[in-house]
Amino acid sequence: MSRYELRFSGAGGQGLITAGIIMAKAASIYEGKQAVQSQSYGPEARGGASKSEVIISDGPIDYPKVTQCDALLAMTQEAANKYSHDLKEGGVLLIDSDLVIDIPPGNFKTIAFPIINTAKNDVGREIVANIVALGAMVALTGQVSRENAEKAVLSSVPEAFIELNRKAFSVGFEKALAASA
Amino acid sequence: MSKKVAFIQGNEAGAYGALYAGCTFFGGYPITPSTEVAEVMSVELPKIGGKFIQMEDEIGAMAAVLGASLAGAKALTATSGPGLSLKQELIGYGCIAEIPCVIFNVMRGGPSTGMPTGPSQSDVMCAKWGTHGDHPAICLVPASVQETFEEVIRAFNLSEKYRTPVMIMPDEIIAHMRERVVFPEPGEIEVVPRKSPTVPAEQYKPYDISFGDVPPLASFGSGYKFHVTGLNKMQDGFPTTKADIVQAEEERQVRKVNANVDDIVTFEEYLLDDAEVAVVAYGSTSRSARYAVNIAREQGIKAGMFRIKTFWPFPDKQIKALAGKVKGIVIPEMNLGMCSLELERCAQGQVPVLGIFRVDGEPINPDQILEKIKEVK
Repeated sequence: MSRYELRFSGAGGQGLITAGIIMAKAASIYEGKQAVQSQSYGPEARGGASKSEVIISDGPIDYPKVTQCDALLAMTQEAANKYSHDLKEGGVLLIDSDLVIDIPPGNFKTIAFPIINTAKNDVGREIVANIVALGAMVALTGQVSRENAEKAVLSSVPEAFIELNRKAFSVGFEKALAASA
Repeated sequence: MSKKVAFIQGNEAGAYGALYAGCTFFGGYPITPSTEVAEVMSVELPKIGGKFIQMEDEIGAMAAVLGASLAGAKALTATSGPGLSLKQELIGYGCIAEIPCVIFNVMRGGPSTGMPTGPSQSDVMCAKWGTHGDHPAICLVPASVQETFEEVIRAFNLSEKYRTPVMIMPDEIIAHMRERVVFPEPGEIEVVPRKSPTVPAEQYKPYDISFGDVPPLASFGSGYKFHVTGLNKMQDGFPTTKADIVQAEEERQVRKVNANVDDIVTFEEYLLDDAEVAVVAYGSTSRSARYAVNIAREQGIKAGMFRIKTFWPFPDKQIKALAGKVKGIVIPEMNLGMCSLELERCAQGQVPVLGIFRVDGEPINPDQILEKIKEVK
């Protein structure tokens, strides 16, 4: 079975649910695969734990939640600790190296770079950190092409912010390739 | 021409389904996890000359929906647990006054405020027994985003065909998850119009049983005048306590639905032909069940799934027949055993009914179901 499971985790307000939606949209609408996106979050608008899960498959997807995670993005130490345990052997863990200090042990590949600071310094706006992270996840997982993922990003953001998001996606993609080389 | 597709939430699909069915009125009060239905309707209804009203609370919203329907509109409200509790008195009013409308209730943790963002399936009994008194109940439980779109259309069709409020109850997982939806072209899915009176206004009676169990309903504003009340009523709509009329009318209202279960009840059978264990499931839980059944089959266990698509009326005779041919029934549900009781009633002791009940806001995962499948001897 071709089922591939991704989890975007961190704190409410970091834009992780949006990142998950765009990844799933890229797979479902542009890549011609099937995808399901779901989420869980607390009642708070900001803060609190937040996660967004994406299942990608060549065939119909029944259970919409993660069973054994192929790729995990952790944007807080809490998320890294909580979710790295069900990461598959040989899976991918992407962390923000400024926020996740204790790197969880396990038989998976860990890629670390300062995601939020990259958004702030290299792209120019901290708010696009989720798109930087998405670009990195696209590069690390190979489930959707760079081109299709970019299409999904650009069709999901307001027109005035297209260039900002295009840059954020591209920077994230390149940083991840460099960090995993 | 290729069809329009979108990657959207169950709630959004529900709203678009309502629009496809010809809904022109939404009365609501926002509540997590149903709010996206109201959001879409507030954007889309003004574009087609419809009306969106955010009322002062859920009770007012339900009243507005009944009023709009009596004026001829196909009307929708959306809510979740605590809101459903508030709407119950007026849902009963809709049942006795026989006013078609659709209630889209997203099931979250309860009772009371419970867990606003947590999934649950604990409103299924409320769909039938929430409002007091004997009354008809129709409740649909979709299991995907596409199905939510389609089942909202069916909910409107059933409400018009049987002239009664209909509930559709996705759990929070279905309501909030996103999947690709392929929108049907207009005309591709049947849309049932309201049966309007053919007699002149002066001869019209809103509950004229000479037209059968479901009398035509005139629209206020179209020249037809009639009385509407929550009291037991005569054919002309005015109240009565006359024993034989009340008895006959009460029986007719329930019979409208109960005599037509084969038209209303829908279900899916998955790998049941040779099954020794049947998992009965509905809503998002059926997706875990399908996954578990597939793994069980890989392991040589003859498991199958009966997926309930229409929760009320309950698929009594199908479950009875199912219980007659398997060794055991497994029922996973996000409540403390609501469907389980119905299964036991229908199975009539033929086989054990094993429940997996979860109310912690977490979905029931396939492993839990697989484990239970293996307990059936």
